[in-house]
Amino acid sequence: MTRSQPLKRFSRGIATAAVGAAFALGAASAQAEGTLRIAMTAADVPSTTGMPNNGYEGMRFLGYPIFEGLVLWDLSSADTLADIEPGLATSWTQSADDPTKWTFKLRQGVTFHDGSPFNADAAIWNLERYYNTDSPQFEPQGSAITRARNPNVKAYRKIDDFTLEITTDRPLSYFPYLLVYMLYSSPTQWEKVGKDWAEFAKAPAGTGPFKITDVKPRVSVSLDKNASYWDAARVPHVDKMILYPMPEATTRLAALRSGQVDWIEVPPPDAIPSLKSAGYDIVTNSYPHVWPWVFDMSPDSAFADVKVRQAANYCINRDDMVTLLNGVAEPSVGFFKKGTAKFGNPKNAYTYDPAKAKALLAEAGYGPDKPVKSKIMISTSGSGQMLPLPMNEFLQQTLAECNFEIDFEVVEWGTMLVAFRNEPTEATALNVDALNISLVSSDISQMARWFWSGNFTPKGSNWGHWKNEEYDAILAEIQTSTDPSGMEAKIARLNEIVVDEAPWLWIVHDLNPRAMSKDVKGFVSAQSWFQDFTPVTVK
Amino acid sequence: MWRFIGRRLLYAVPILLGVSIIIFALVQLAPGDVTDILIPPEAPKEVADILRHKFGLDRPVYEQYFIWLGNLLQGDLGVSIFTNQPVGSELASALSNTLMLAIPAAFLGFTLGAVLGVLAAFFRGGWLDKLFSGIAIAGVSLPHYWVGIVLVAIFAVTLNVLPAQGMGPEDGDVWDSLRHLILPVITLSLIPMGVISRLVRASVLEILSQEFISALSAKGMARRRILFHIVKNAAPPTLAVMGLQFGYLLGGSILVETVYNWPGSGGLMNLAIFRRDVPVLSSTILVLAGIFVAINILVDVLQALIDPRLRR
Repeated sequence: MTRSQPLKRFSRGIATAAVGAAFALGAASAQAEGTLRIAMTAADVPSTTGMPNNGYEGMRFLGYPIFEGLVLWDLSSADTLADIEPGLATSWTQSADDPTKWTFKLRQGVTFHDGSPFNADAAIWNLERYYNTDSPQFEPQGSAITRARNPNVKAYRKIDDFTLEITTDRPLSYFPYLLVYMLYSSPTQWEKVGKDWAEFAKAPAGTGPFKITDVKPRVSVSLDKNASYWDAARVPHVDKMILYPMPEATTRLAALRSGQVDWIEVPPPDAIPSLKSAGYDIVTNSYPHVWPWVFDMSPDSAFADVKVRQAANYCINRDDMVTLLNGVAEPSVGFFKKGTAKFGNPKNAYTYDPAKAKALLAEAGYGPDKPVKSKIMISTSGSGQMLPLPMNEFLQQTLAECNFEIDFEVVEWGTMLVAFRNEPTEATALNVDALNISLVSSDISQMARWFWSGNFTPKGSNWGHWKNEEYDAILAEIQTSTDPSGMEAKIARLNEIVVDEAPWLWIVHDLNPRAMSKDVKGFVSAQSWFQDFTPVTVK
Repeated sequence: MWRFIGRRLLYAVPILLGVSIIIFALVQLAPGDVTDILIPPEAPKEVADILRHKFGLDRPVYEQYFIWLGNLLQGDLGVSIFTNQPVGSELASALSNTLMLAIPAAFLGFTLGAVLGVLAAFFRGGWLDKLFSGIAIAGVSLPHYWVGIVLVAIFAVTLNVLPAQGMGPEDGDVWDSLRHLILPVITLSLIPMGVISRLVRASVLEILSQEFISALSAKGMARRRILFHIVKNAAPPTLAVMGLQFGYLLGGSILVETVYNWPGSGGLMNLAIFRRDVPVLSSTILVLAGIFVAINILVDVLQALIDPRLRR
């Protein structure tokens, strides 16, 4: 494991520059066989302690390939929304007597990359790392990320070497869906590197199909295949994977087209036709992502009136938006994708219908002489934000046709996050009536996260403070139920409510485009924010 | 001479102190703090407070400033809030990467600029003057990132003879490293080349019009000796601008580093700004400001050596 060697590099560079009067024009750099090189959109290498930062892109590349949870995503199919499957736990049960108690049977024979065993002691050590601020291994950043996604863990105990009990603070039927976001690192390796997370980040050890061999901040991370991975069917086909942070889209594009990488995340939509004609594969698929405007329900916001919210939803031409994006998105008319069982059958089917939008606005007291005047916070860029500036300008124009006068508060991503964690009436919101922030729509836990009235900001992530009693009641039923039958119908009812009540402006779902060279084979684009790199081969 | 150098060094102290105060004050103006970006919105307050305490963000701003300054004076640049790595090592890595570009870019830009400027002046009004002046103006006017993208499109994508981005593998050979340097160095050298060329042309023209040049010619001095006098007289203002230009190059060009995915000091600062990583941002700017001041002192000394009148 080496870090970058600045002085050595510098001296080599100077020597290179000094002797190099002649330009070495020639063959492209040699590529090791069986090496998959990917350009990420992140500006830096996500953290490598086992709980990556950089949002879900961090989890996609430096989370699941290296570290695993008791529960994992099943990323083997491109045809259905990814669901959970056993990971480091082979099974789990919710106690019938006390539904806050969950028992997990741990997988036997699993070892971390450093050779130490995964067992209940290692699992408890990791839970202490996240939930016990007094433990020696407490990791503040990792803990903050994990506890934000798993806020309900109240207690845990080892029952035997391969059985673990976790208690939640209230009954939560979808608790396993939260556990996919809790990853396990090696206690032995942490001890070995001097009980220091900064040192562990340079030489980490998880249980996943890939192991990290080299971390160069801001440059790359190298991973080797874990030949002794516990699931023989998922031992990686490539020998090595190299991940490059490359935030600039044109740079990623040039890197792919010049053969420096095999795969880029999010090619610029404008470049997709030329990439296709040059023989590159463009891979897209639905995944649980929504690109909405999250409305503020405060009394002085025009969007406090449901008719105004519905009018906005009837006034946008989603098909034209998709055309603007060269087809790398699909129209969104609800939290879940239309046509799936979880979508249900809402009363409002949002099509582009300016006449209906104007009629709804007239009922709400707005018209050509009294347009709806609102200000929307939009970011210049950010995780999952797609192309916020042209997309919002498009919305501004189309909404103007229905008597909306939209103004923007353009901010950088950090300011948006500060606004999103505080109440809509706080100064941090800069007096806006909605935030344009892309959000996750993978499962019921996310529905609770964004729409439950118990999750109003600043405590939770229901930024607009939208509240609906029926919604809260059904969600409570789902949370306390131990009977999985009828669950899907209840979730569909929740979707129907959020479609009809429109706490968000439903705009598009991203299709998560990736461009890759013809040499890359075997990739299955799962309907998920995360992907499985183990079946991929490179010529 | 030593008094002159001492005086210049003394002036640097209040400059750097002022820079450090301005940096700290500006960072405080942004809403929220680094934990707002570091951890998710739903993270428990308890953990956010631990992080704030760990990085001293729960102390009054003036206290944070003096602690940072005190550590800095002892050579401790702090620890990055985002990566948990020492700022010193992050900065050393970024700065060395930037130097790999800045030194050849300065050499190329200054040499070409000086040669083009002198030739343009000697052939004033002729086609060579027009050509060289056009090149210089293009160098100053064309946006860096645009030139970078065009060069990448031609040499990396279309011809596939040079890499599009990055520094190449650490275990690569010298040729490989050189190939990764070519496009960013050319892109980065354009502005210094243009600026120096215009300045040298103007300086040489001014000197050529002075009476002592006519007198030297009339006395029959060789053209080579006259050229030496011209260069000597044009050097002080050119050196001053070269010092400034080299300082700018060391600050790293965010745009060029972004286009070529080059992990230099511009990118490090850019990242620190968006992450509100105060230790990285403050220390990087202060170290760069220190280098900038040092370069200017060096230029002052060189100017004083060439023209002793400047020592007064």
